[in-house]
Amino acid sequence: MSSRRSRSSRQPGPSRITDDQINDLVSKLQQLLPEIHDMRSKKVSSARVLQETCNYIRNLHKEVDDLSERLSGLLETTDASQAAIIRNLLMQ
Amino acid sequence: MASTLISNPVANSSDRARESSKKKKKRRSQSARDQSANTTQSRIAIPWKSEAQQQAYSSKLLQAIRQVRLGSSAPAAPRRRGGAVREAADRVLAAAAKGRTRWSRAILTNRLKIKFMKNRRQRVAVTASSRLKKPRVSILRLKCKNLSTVQRKARVLGRLVPGCRKQSLPVVLEEVTDYIPALEMQIRAMAALAELLSGSASGSSSVSQLGASRPSFS
Repeated sequence: MSSRRSRSSRQPGPSRITDDQINDLVSKLQQLLPEIHDMRSKKVSSARVLQETCNYIRNLHKEVDDLSERLSGLLETTDASQAAIIRNLLMQ
Repeated sequence: MASTLISNPVANSSDRARESSKKKKKRRSQSARDQSANTTQSRIAIPWKSEAQQQAYSSKLLQAIRQVRLGSSAPAAPRRRGGAVREAADRVLAAAAKGRTRWSRAILTNRLKIKFMKNRRQRVAVTASSRLKKPRVSILRLKCKNLSTVQRKARVLGRLVPGCRKQSLPVVLEEVTDYIPALEMQIRAMAALAELLSGSASGSSSVSQLGASRPSFS
């Protein structure tokens, strides 16, 4: 694919990506993370933010998998009529 | 739902077919304009934290999961059924994103590719040999120390988010900024649904717990 040209400051995209833009995006991402956001330290490096993001996404994926397992197990035992009742409850 | 996906033409690899399968035909032209314009206006953030969004997702998720249950008559290993639920949940989540983000389009596109893998096995084998060099190059770049730490971690992050494996750093950051709230909403909705189903005997009392549960991470 593209060589290291894309890694330099010259981007083939529609606009030139500056470091400030990247820092801005990283700070926005930082606010999403539960751990770092609580710490509210301004000196958190971008690498640390990205690392925490990776861990957080892995955690979220694992949660989704666990919940999927649980739901699939629950759906076996739940009757079809009960599922309709639950859907009505959700619609309210 | 599966039948409508198959009836769509295979050659149409764009994501507009998936949009119509979700009965959102009015979004077709809009997503086409968004892709060509690629301005910040097209990226109107979907309020993943809103209760309305979660309610809509929950109802659609329940429909999709019920279809999964009815589809698998012969119970396979429990892991596969959990995977089927996961795929249905991801698909409904991607549909809720309305195709504005790369990860949602990638999820919907991958589902269709897997469905048609059987028919296209021969074609895939021919192209696979010509693509052998490409993953090797990308793996080398990942381990190359000329990349800065931030770039390396962004590559790892890009692998975690669907559809962002070879995107540049700002694109990956943008996608992740949308992907994380979506995942959180998915977890909230599925957890509430699980609570509701597990306590279905006293279902009326569990309704108040909708939206109040939030998983905590250590």
